[in-house]
Amino acid sequence: MKGEMMELKLTVNGKPYELMVKPKTLLVDVLRNELKLTGTKTGCRTSSCGACTVNIDGRAVRSCSVLALQANGHDVVSIEGVASGGKLHPIQQAMVDHGAIECGFCTPGMVMSARALLNENPKPTREEVREAIQGNLCADEGYVKYIEAIEIAAEEMRGGK
Amino acid sequence: MGETFGNYSVIGKTIPRVDARAKVTGEAKYAADIELPDMLWGQIKRSPYPHARILNIDTSKAEKLPGVKAVTTGKDFGGFKWGWSRETRDEEPFAVGKVRYLYEGVAAVAAVDEDTAEEACDLIEVEYEPLPGVFDPFEAMKEGAPLVHEDRPGNICVEYHWNFGDVEKAFAESYLVREDTFQTPRMAKGYLEPPAVVAHWPDPNHVVFQGAKGSPYFPYRILARLFNLPLSNVRIIQPFIGSDFGGTKNDMVHCDYAAVMLAKKTGRPVKLQYTEFDELTTCLRRHPMWITIKTGVTKDGMLKATYVKAIADGGAYTRMSPLTMFLTGTCMTLPYKLPNFKYDGMNYFTNNPSSAAMRGHGLYHSRFAADVQLDMMAEELGIDPVEMRLKNAIENPEPGKVYETVNGVHVASCGIKECIEKVAGAVNWKGVKEAKRVEGDKAYAVGIAAATYNSGTKLSAHNACAAIVRICEDGSVNYLTGASDVGQGSDTVTCAIAAEVLGIGLEDIDLKRVDSAFTPVDPGSYGSRVTVLAGQAAINAATDAKRQLLEVAAKQFGVKPEEVEIKNKQVFVKSNPEKNMSWERLVRTACYETPGKVIIGRGYSTQGISLLGLADFSRGFGDIGTNYSFTAQAVGVEVDTETGLVKCTDESVIAHDCGFPLNPPAVETQCQGGSYHQGIAAALYEEFKMDKGLTLNANLADYKRPRAYEAPMTRVEHVITNDPYGPFGAKEASEGSCCSAPPALVSAIYNATGVWIKDLPTQPEKVFRALKAKKEGKKSL
Repeated sequence: MKGEMMELKLTVNGKPYELMVKPKTLLVDVLRNELKLTGTKTGCRTSSCGACTVNIDGRAVRSCSVLALQANGHDVVSIEGVASGGKLHPIQQAMVDHGAIECGFCTPGMVMSARALLNENPKPTREEVREAIQGNLCADEGYVKYIEAIEIAAEEMRGGK
Repeated sequence: MGETFGNYSVIGKTIPRVDARAKVTGEAKYAADIELPDMLWGQIKRSPYPHARILNIDTSKAEKLPGVKAVTTGKDFGGFKWGWSRETRDEEPFAVGKVRYLYEGVAAVAAVDEDTAEEACDLIEVEYEPLPGVFDPFEAMKEGAPLVHEDRPGNICVEYHWNFGDVEKAFAESYLVREDTFQTPRMAKGYLEPPAVVAHWPDPNHVVFQGAKGSPYFPYRILARLFNLPLSNVRIIQPFIGSDFGGTKNDMVHCDYAAVMLAKKTGRPVKLQYTEFDELTTCLRRHPMWITIKTGVTKDGMLKATYVKAIADGGAYTRMSPLTMFLTGTCMTLPYKLPNFKYDGMNYFTNNPSSAAMRGHGLYHSRFAADVQLDMMAEELGIDPVEMRLKNAIENPEPGKVYETVNGVHVASCGIKECIEKVAGAVNWKGVKEAKRVEGDKAYAVGIAAATYNSGTKLSAHNACAAIVRICEDGSVNYLTGASDVGQGSDTVTCAIAAEVLGIGLEDIDLKRVDSAFTPVDPGSYGSRVTVLAGQAAINAATDAKRQLLEVAAKQFGVKPEEVEIKNKQVFVKSNPEKNMSWERLVRTACYETPGKVIIGRGYSTQGISLLGLADFSRGFGDIGTNYSFTAQAVGVEVDTETGLVKCTDESVIAHDCGFPLNPPAVETQCQGGSYHQGIAAALYEEFKMDKGLTLNANLADYKRPRAYEAPMTRVEHVITNDPYGPFGAKEASEGSCCSAPPALVSAIYNATGVWIKDLPTQPEKVFRALKAKKEGKKSL
């Protein structure tokens, strides 16, 4: 509570930030409470549900599982940084077009996990897609259309269509 | 683009969801994303006992902590009691006399930040006198057991005793009679978004409530009664909702009461959000149930009679248990013809967190028991389970005719036979033996089951959904709905229905979600009621607006209004399409021609009630649904015969009769999700482990939920029956597959291994022990 504040420097969605945080503060709380980036959701705060997934240096990380200070000097992308200038990312577009989204609460985390996967592996097998989003719980749509949408996006990004 | 159904401009084909873009970009605001200027944070003080008398609550130390702005206890609520219906108001916003389950709320604090509020809660001193408790219905029903509610003898929360036909005579006449007891687990609802709320009072006579509520007009009515405010002064603004599945997001939880009372006391906005632990230890759960079912059949496999005795753990308060027990009984007479039926439904209070509605509400318990038992009897009779289902299945009534069950349930459309045939065909079903395959330690098989669910659920009192279609002068349209889309896709289909009726595009319609200051009152999102009833409201409201516009067009064309039509934003005389104008021109003419019209269409649903009246809960007679969906499902499994681990395979098909798929991909995700998240989950993974009222696995690591790496790639086939009571023929989608998944899975395990698992979930240890017992020559369960 009364812990001293420490300096945090990081890049979020391409923009540099310098702020003072308590050492105990989680990255998810900096994103949501300090930077007002509420697209990153909080489901469990125990690293179980994946709703808070962001990309750190391109990799999928649950932002409730890291202290904000652990992101010091790193490049963070949250869901707000995925679309560019009003144009949806192919993963987002595929999820919309394919009807993958229901309540939408897991969607930002799902997009971030898929984005990290396709950055690393442009041609994933179905098993690799399933593995990439295994940390992202969904509660209502059954995963089928999410998995298919990610496959459609991968093809689109490879210029397959 | 996927399949197209019917000959429509907007509906019956892939409709991108109206809210998908906001959700996929993170712009959609959920309750926890709301922040207001000068906002305080609240926290709940909870009881460390599952059953105890409260002797004293001392809040003085908490009040003195710097940063604390207000403290509230149950006494501030002036004896206010609430519940699911007027007769079942047995719960107070915060416990006053005694606590009835572990972590029940006893007080709450508002402070400048979350840490201070939490610290203040620790400073509240509560004196308790611990009491002995009851932790399952069998303890609760014992003579002399401690009473959860002193005025409820025997801890009986709900009981129904129904009898139709002559069950005993039918059993005596049956060739084969079998009795089995099945068990369903205590389960979490499964939504990811924990309850959250922000409340404020703009002035002492107006309250504004923004909470994660799938049925926002529950708090609307509850808060008016609590604060003795006119309904006009209660404003519920609905954020996006991260799923619901019944119960917790229908009515109230402690954080809702805390927010409104602390905001009133401080004059500032107050926000509370639950943690996963709060949610999993205190929020509503699916009832665990023990279902004893006795069924008699003829030699050739025709059902003669069924007697069901269901015993449920209702938890600490009544909540929706009367409805649960009704639903558990009522649909035993669907989807198969059943001439004699008896039901004893018993629900007991215990010192566990309260049980309530959950996706597949009620039917999931009893349809699981009945459909698995049907397979057992088919085997004893030497009849193929698919054939036995087809023999007993209710026929699709001729147009204009209605099938009536022995307990007064009316079915105007029934695609169950087609559903069963479709899944059997899709998995190339040739029989139980042929369904099995063994590779080393792995045994593979498929199981098939069938189910039903009521849609457009109708209850006593207010039932209508309503909508307002506001035509703006440039031709754009606002659709104001009282209905809530918690993810099921009703916002999209109701807007699509309005567009279809008006003859315009979906993109011309802008949806306004619930804000009770402007939108019409609505019962809520439960009982698969929204698409069916809000859909009719959409038709009626759009038709009303269109009628007003057609009058203007008729005058312009010099014809009668019924001679004019609007399609694809073109307004034309039906007999002479050369006479036409654009939609925009018509609207402009209507709005600008002196004195200028204001086109507002209004409509509400009548279908649910005008049809055949209401069900009589005490007799178990009559319709709870406006219409009924039918589902058949094939589930493939891989059973590890060494470890007992069961996985679903991609040999997974659902055929669903939703009457008419207004938005086919939405019907598909609803069926896939209903099956996997709340059906397969119950059958394979999920169960709260309890120890004297304490939830031992209250986190999503220890409480196993279904994940993507083992999700079956379930295919969905649409069965079209065009129900006469649904909007454009539609019925529900999703609760049906929630009910067909568990029996199909258990049947698949049997087909693979020869062991019946009758108590869910079929976790590896249970399967392992059953396999071991079978190997050692012991009789299967």
